[in-house]
Amino acid sequence: MNETMTMAPAASAGRRPAPGASPNEAVTLAEHIVEVISDSGEGAQRCGQSLGVIAAKMGNGIWTTEIIPAEIQPPARSVAGASGIRIRMGSGKVTNGGDETDLVVAFNEQALLGRVHAGELKAGCTILLESMWRGHRDPKIVASYVETVELLHKGGFRVYEVPLEDACSKLVADSRRGKNMFVLGILCSIYSLDLDLARDQIAVTFGKKDAKVITVSQGLLDAGHAWAETNLDFKYRIPVVPVTEPLIVVNGNTALGLGVLASGMDICAMYPITPATSTSHYLSECFERIGGLVHQAEDEIAACAFAVGASYAGKCAVTITSGPGYSLKQEVIGLAIMAEIPLVVINVQRGGPSTGQPTKAEQSDLLASCFGSHGDAPKVVMAVSGIEDCFYAVITARKIAEIFNTVVVLLSDANLATAQQPFPRPQFTEDWLAPPVDQTPVPAGALPYDWDSITGIARRFVPGQPGGMHTLTGLAHDRASHVAYDPTTNEEGLRNRSLKLAALQKTLKTPSVFGDPEGDLLIVGWGSTRGAIEEAVARARVDGLKVSSLHLTFLQPMASGIREILHRFKRVMTIEMNWSDRSEDELIDEDNRRYSALALMLRSRFLVDIDCWSEARGQPIKPATICRVIREKLSS
Amino acid sequence: MTMPVTQCLLKLHEDHHNLEDYQGGVPRWCSGCGDNAILAAVQRLCRDEDLSPERTVFVSGIGCSSRFPHYMKTYGFHGIHGRAFPVAEGIKMARPDLTVFVNTGDGDCCSIGAGHWIHAIRYNMNMTVMLHDNHVYGLTKKQASPTSPIGFKSNTTPRGSYLNALNPLTVTLGVQNVSFVAQAVDWVPEVLYDIISAAYHHRGFSFVRIIQRCPEFLPKMFESWLADPQKTLLLTHANGLTLTPELSRTYKNQLAHDPSNIDRAREIASGEDPIPVGILYRNPEVPCYEDVRHAGQMRTPEHIRVGLEAELDRFTVWPKNAEPAQRAV
Repeated sequence: MNETMTMAPAASAGRRPAPGASPNEAVTLAEHIVEVISDSGEGAQRCGQSLGVIAAKMGNGIWTTEIIPAEIQPPARSVAGASGIRIRMGSGKVTNGGDETDLVVAFNEQALLGRVHAGELKAGCTILLESMWRGHRDPKIVASYVETVELLHKGGFRVYEVPLEDACSKLVADSRRGKNMFVLGILCSIYSLDLDLARDQIAVTFGKKDAKVITVSQGLLDAGHAWAETNLDFKYRIPVVPVTEPLIVVNGNTALGLGVLASGMDICAMYPITPATSTSHYLSECFERIGGLVHQAEDEIAACAFAVGASYAGKCAVTITSGPGYSLKQEVIGLAIMAEIPLVVINVQRGGPSTGQPTKAEQSDLLASCFGSHGDAPKVVMAVSGIEDCFYAVITARKIAEIFNTVVVLLSDANLATAQQPFPRPQFTEDWLAPPVDQTPVPAGALPYDWDSITGIARRFVPGQPGGMHTLTGLAHDRASHVAYDPTTNEEGLRNRSLKLAALQKTLKTPSVFGDPEGDLLIVGWGSTRGAIEEAVARARVDGLKVSSLHLTFLQPMASGIREILHRFKRVMTIEMNWSDRSEDELIDEDNRRYSALALMLRSRFLVDIDCWSEARGQPIKPATICRVIREKLSS
Repeated sequence: MTMPVTQCLLKLHEDHHNLEDYQGGVPRWCSGCGDNAILAAVQRLCRDEDLSPERTVFVSGIGCSSRFPHYMKTYGFHGIHGRAFPVAEGIKMARPDLTVFVNTGDGDCCSIGAGHWIHAIRYNMNMTVMLHDNHVYGLTKKQASPTSPIGFKSNTTPRGSYLNALNPLTVTLGVQNVSFVAQAVDWVPEVLYDIISAAYHHRGFSFVRIIQRCPEFLPKMFESWLADPQKTLLLTHANGLTLTPELSRTYKNQLAHDPSNIDRAREIASGEDPIPVGILYRNPEVPCYEDVRHAGQMRTPEHIRVGLEAELDRFTVWPKNAEPAQRAV
């Protein structure tokens, strides 16, 4: 299950058809990365998502990553406005977005340049570029287009000019809304994908609209396919492993939403914030059909307090947010911990601090999650590392919250939010659901905080339970929930709330090491970097390097056995998407270097000299980058 | 199922509640504090309405007023400063079967929690709200609150407070979806009881501002009102307060006011001297958010399973020829 296919990048020369080769002879590839780039609103993402689903249906592994401009309506034909999607298709399971792009379809040359400048395209990458700009009435646009095409040729890119506008305007009135399906047809031809599956996928995608839209879109698909068959001199095939079990294809935020449905929670209280909100969009659409509801509160604090109120009343609730919203919730989170009310908080991390980079990913809320909220406020912190994980982790989080009557923070990030990766369709079990609200009478003499002397866990009394009446308080309190300021009682409360983490910790399994159990270097990671780290480790191991990796789901508490794992490697370093001081900066030395979050936590807990490497570029770390870091570390 | 008459009577007796059934710990408020009068009225209301203590929740924030739940023998939620409303809303949404009261103060409601207050009015969830308005921060020892009169000398305004006082009644009456607004004063306990009772019986967000004395930090604030009953304007109406003859003899300054008239209610609400006391506005037609959202539905595991499977169907890629025939696209 955790085995990642090694995907050594094929030499680009091998992908070019031999001169004079028949266009029908497809070149076999282990994997390929495709991008569709356009201005916002031209449907590139729908095209790419459909391509991903079709490839997945045929049996390819896929990982899709959305390319989102920061502005809602960036100017048309601008370098900053590149909007689109990247699809990595492979023969086996694909666990991350991979390295640079092999083939890109661009609707205008400016958006394309945005990707070239960002260094996202592989040397010699194949470019299919909309050619309508060559004949544009504005001479400036024509000049820009011609100049760019020349530059691209000079830069060694393989450019094909495609008359998308011409071809589509023959089929639809508004070609701006149809090009994406024409492009889908082209891509189906290039990657030898089943056209019938593509037609079916269009029917599913536009199922809510009228039949005419479906027919027109299928016509565009066929036309694009036919165009490519006639006009392109290359074709690829990525061998498939036929699908034998039903798979779910969703992005991380939808998977979180499905997880909320499956966890039996009734209420999601939220306030709009990027990039978390699409989970709430999804839930708003379907939650009420199964008797749940999404409450859009007046602010983040209210959303959290509303969830706490619902949980207190017996129905464990979830609140979903991103960085700034998480900061605002901290006081209420502290209340839930103090009063021992179960609560699930999902934080889809983005770039920070402050408003930071709302649409970009970062892993910089770990310390705020573990140690945020004033006072000693022990809480459980988990991080999801893949799309399937997003689904199951919510169920686990709800269970832990209710068993231990505490707060569980679930960290995802902007990468997983929009990334798609198929996973086996979950088999529902009633164990996932919350038990019914306990309304049985409380035994005489029982106290609302009757902490167990070993685990610190106390049975919670819920309104409606006869004999359980008490006033819950955020003030220091004794077992009877009476306000108590005496030193002994204060320490008793602190002790028991802290002990609950230890009790949970005793149940956690030691995470497994990817690669050999000992060696020269151990990479430790958490969250969305898992796929990239493991792929890089696999590549490095093929090259004979003695490197392994460890990925943590539970960041607080941490499972037993990690210490032993760390000691079996000569060197240990974390790889994270956040800031850590760079030793090349003149002022930075061992006395002042600020480490990445997980490195800091591991160093303080295990007293191991753990290094870190991090970047905070707002996008997924590429496996090739991690390979380079591994080599540098091992040769230093 | 039948039950012998004697058992019925026994059960009736068991289920019936006395005042002591609602009396929690001994209040730690200062003697002469208006909170005591509110507590007495509420405990009486609980007894008179025979509220089941286990199905009743008092929610509060932070401040002198917010100690209130500790002195009730029901369920209570003494949360954090300013956030009583969203907590109460979450409780009501999860469990519409519970009776929810909110006790909040002028700092808690009108300052740190003001945003929630505005939206709580909009949600119009069925709860009874008591704004304990003593015009000063008491628990933190005498700082000016939003309802402190201009010129009030406090620890943070030693040369007198700078701003005009906020009027919680006009604010509440200005928000869309307002459904019940009343004002009471702690020194006329009979009327205080009647108003809280009317608020309890209104289905929706029943907002009662209770002007109360703080003998510790604003001891003389309401002296002239206590000395002169003419300075209290009692609002009467067949659909509002009806006064006993005794009260009518003392409080002769009365005004007939129909609580369905919001324009008139806003006018009366802006008066500060005499203090209007009574039901300013009541509209039973405003929908409650928990009803609009169909809160409290019964959910069975089977119900959830069917819903989840339907959702999973939407995103499933089936192996070739393995797609179930009956699938909702």
